[in-house]
This record gives sequence, structure tokens and C-alpha cells, in this order.
Amino acid sequence: MKKTKTYFLRFAILFAVLCLCFILNLSLGSVTISFTDTLKVIFGFTIENPAFEYIIFNYRFPKAITAILVGGGLALSGLLMQTLFRNPLAGPFVLGISSGASLGAAILIMGASVLSSFLSLSLINDISLAIASSLGSFLVLFLVIGVSSKIRDTMALLIIGLMFGSITAAIVSVLSYFTDAERLQQYIYWTFGSLGNLSWQQLGILFIAIVTGIVLSILSIKPLNGYLLGENYAKSLGIDIKRSRLLIILAAGVLAGSVTAFTGPIAFIGLAVPHLTKQIFNTTDHKVLVPAVLIYGSIILLICDIVAQIPGKASVLPINAITSIIGAPVVIWLLVRKRKMVF
Amino acid sequence: MFIIKNTDKHITLEIKDLCVGYKTTAVCSNISFKLNQGEFMAIVGVNGIGKSTLLRTIGNFQPKIAGSILFEGKPQTDFTPIDFSKKVSVVLTEPIASKNLTVIELIALGRQPYTNWIGNLSSTDQSKINEAIQILELHALKQKKCYELSDGQLQRVLIARALAQDTDIILLDEPTTHLDLFHKVQILKLLKSIAHHTNKTIVFTSHEIEMAIQLCDKILILDGHQNSFETPSKLIENKAFESLFPSNTVVFDSRSGAFRIQK
Repeated sequence: MKKTKTYFLRFAILFAVLCLCFILNLSLGSVTISFTDTLKVIFGFTIENPAFEYIIFNYRFPKAITAILVGGGLALSGLLMQTLFRNPLAGPFVLGISSGASLGAAILIMGASVLSSFLSLSLINDISLAIASSLGSFLVLFLVIGVSSKIRDTMALLIIGLMFGSITAAIVSVLSYFTDAERLQQYIYWTFGSLGNLSWQQLGILFIAIVTGIVLSILSIKPLNGYLLGENYAKSLGIDIKRSRLLIILAAGVLAGSVTAFTGPIAFIGLAVPHLTKQIFNTTDHKVLVPAVLIYGSIILLICDIVAQIPGKASVLPINAITSIIGAPVVIWLLVRKRKMVF
Repeated sequence: MFIIKNTDKHITLEIKDLCVGYKTTAVCSNISFKLNQGEFMAIVGVNGIGKSTLLRTIGNFQPKIAGSILFEGKPQTDFTPIDFSKKVSVVLTEPIASKNLTVIELIALGRQPYTNWIGNLSSTDQSKINEAIQILELHALKQKKCYELSDGQLQRVLIARALAQDTDIILLDEPTTHLDLFHKVQILKLLKSIAHHTNKTIVFTSHEIEMAIQLCDKILILDGHQNSFETPSKLIENKAFESLFPSNTVVFDSRSGAFRIQK
């Protein structure tokens, strides 16, 4: 009972930090809006400068919500994969799932023009892009699952993930060689990764996808805990391996796939956040970890986004670069402390 | 400290003309035995004869090729996964996937067949967990992470987990490998007392034939043709151990119940 109390306190603090980062994210940017003005806008009071209100509602608010959905979604996807693959270095980016999503997007955007002019650009809308990149990430995920059942070695699996990434890059470059400039540009923009380009309608679709992923993950909490012992032990505990595996893969694929579809590939959040979370919540219980990584992932991406905006300056850094700068050292730190290379 | 369930013994596990193996290749066939409640049994035999395969087949990790496996008269195939997990628990040779689990978390996972959809522990679950911790004397280790434990301690934790699963039958695949002599004896004596005091049927595979002779109620000698199943003293009487290994390397001394190296 004592344990639940300390977890509750930690969740409360984490949630408070999330709220703080959210407001900071709204107030900082090319134009700095004061903290009190930001709060006023959020709670519906009128402020002196109506332009600020416009900036917050039409630009920063959707972006901050995107950051929360994307950060939480990627982090949860990473947690699911680490448990499923019994591999502390698994994650949507490292295992090539993001490359799969890129492949899906590339085939939709550029492949159409290569095969025929049957598909017009107008057909490439938000939903079809989301479906294509989700399909791409599922394809790679199933391939990785197939390989992982044959290969138990942690490092070999990661190298295979890397190879899937290379294959995807190769296919993409072949496609881009044959495609026209307009479509190529559309794809390149997509790969830069951005949180700021989502309309409210797109946000709605992303929200539904993330919630679906979260619901599937919550339904998988018990089997996920069973998987901590290994597949055979999980089976001996009465867990339906095939069904739970499919459920977890579906959840991880929907989360990583939909996020990558709308924001482009964002590196390292999925890999690093579960480990950072376990530094705060010293547990392996997914009942605690699932909500914790969701909040922690959102916080990290909100912070990364604040950094990427460079407060007070008009220029914006690609979000992908910032997450890598934060994420890559975490991976190095994990490898250096090899004895603790447990998930 | 031990809870005695039921005093009238009945057959919990019956194997009839079982043939085990992979797909169509039989590894070992013609296996038959019956075990009562509270019996402690070893499966012995040379490397590669199919001890683990047999145990994995009984534990429903791989399909049998022929014959029947009955739990209290009910065929293995009639059990749903959940019902089976309430009947048979296991301790396997493979390492657990996450060494980051604490001892108490790992033991609590043994209650999964009984918990609700999200895995909340009821008061019954808690008391079963505490009982297992008490029997295996793991109080001091409760909050330790598994990577901090020695092989012997980890083995005791895994046995506690199987005990918390509260099944009639516990299967253990080579529970004493990697352990020194003291810990081998400690684990086997513990298992024996668990079998006798809690009326659980415990089956394990082992290379410790001499210890099995001293501690077990029944032994199954897998040799690929006869597969003798008896009490240790009967097996010695029948000279069943003599043919286990080539006689030019080791011989069995029936008076001491031990093997000797042929010089």
C-alpha cells in the first residue's frame, strides 16, 4: 500500500511538470508571450494583444498538443517493443519501424507516379498517408518479429533493424530517381519531421490513432508483465501468446506508424524514454510504466520542441536533430553501463 | 507453516505409452508412469535421451507424437490455457527475460492465472505469495533485483514463483545445474519437503542420479527402450542403473547406491 502512495506522488509531480512544460511551450517561440498572458488565453480571458491570442490558438496550441500525442505515442511504442523483443535497445527507430513508415509514405507519394499517373496528388490526403505509413511500419514490424523468432541475439536483431533501414533508403532513392520534382519535394518535407504542420482535422485523426494504441496497450498490460519472464513462462501462466503478441504488435505499429505519418520520422524518443522513466519509477510493472512513459514522453518532446523553436528567434531547428542530440547520449550511457542493460 | 490440503492420495499425473519428439522425429517413445499426489519424482538419463523433451511435452510447450497425458484422468488437450496454468507450473532452464524484476514482483507474476484483466492482486493472492516466500525463506531478498542474486538464490525465487502459482503439479527442468554441491542438496531437499508437506506432485529432470536415489519417491530412467519407472530401491534391485552408462567408463555400485569411475 505504501508503494502505491509513493507512485501517486511521483505521478502528481510528473503531471505538474507536464502542465508546466505545456504552458512554457505555448509561451515561448519566435515571439515570447508572457506567462500570465498565456494562462489568460488558456482560461478564456481577453488580453491586450489579440495577435497573441491568434498565435496561441491557431499555431502553438495544435503544435503543443501534437508534441504531447507524438511524445507519448512514440515512448509507449518503444516500451511495448522493448518488452516484446526482450531487448533494452528496441524502439521504433532502431528496429527500422520508422523506416517502414517512411517506405509506406514514399511509395504512396512517389510510387504512384512511377507506376502510373492513375493516382493523382489529390488522392494523397491525410488519411491515405497515415494508412500507407502504418502499413509500412507493420510490414517491417512483422519482418522483425519473423527474424527475432529465429535469432535470439540482441545485437544481431539491432543490426537487422539497421539493414531494414538501409533497404528502405535504397528503395526510396530508386523511387525518387524516377519521380517528378513536385512529389519528391513533398516527400522530402515529410522526412524533415515537424510538429507544427498539423491542422485540427489531422490532429483529430492522430488523436484517434494514439488513443487506439493506448487502449490496446492497456488491454495488454497483463500479458506484457508475463512477457517479462520470457515467452515460455508467459505461456505457462495461461497467456494466449499468439493473441497477446498480435495485440502488442498492433498497438506498437499503430502508435509508431501514425506518429511517423503525420510528423515524419522522429528519432530516439521511443528508445530513450522507457529507460529514463525507469530511473524515476523503479518498477517493471506495466500498470505503472504505461501511464508513466506516456507522460514522460510528452514532457521530453515538449522540451525538445521548446529548444527547437529557439525562443526569441525566428528560425526553427528540425525536431529530429534535437531528439537525436538528447537521445543518442542516452543510448551510449546505456551501453557503457552494460551490467544494467536490462529492461 | 505448511498447509496440508488433503490426506487421501490419488493419481494426479498419468502417462500412457507416450512418444515425444519434434514434428515427426521421435526422440523417445514407450514412456508410461503414474504419479500420486505429494510424490517427488526424478527423470534421469544420458544427455540427449529426451528428458527435457518429455518434461516440455508434459508441460504443454510442445505437442506429443503419440500416447496420452492425463491430469487426474482428464486429457491434457481438454484443458483451456487458463485451466492448465492452474494445474501445472514450471521452472525452466532458460533465463528469465527481464533480470530487472524484483524478487517480490517475479513471485507475484505466479498469480497471473488468478488475477483480473489488469493483474491486480487480491488478498488471497497476497497470502499465497507470502506463503511461498516463507517456505523458501526469501524474506531478506524480497526487494532485491534478480540480477543481484546468486544462481542458487534465483533458483529458489523461481521455485517460489511456481509455488505461488498454486498448482497440483510442478515441473522443473534441471533445477540443480550451475549449482554447487551444497546448493544442489539444499534445492532438492526443499523440493522434497514441499512435495510431502503441501501434497504437490513434483517432477524434475536431473543428472544427479545419486542424489535422486537418496531423495526421490520415484525415478524414471529414460534409456530409449525400457524406460523403467519405480522406487529407487526397486530400481537398484532390478539392476536398472547398471545399463545406464557404458560399463567401461562408469559402473554402478548397488550397495552404496553410487557410480564409480572404471579405471
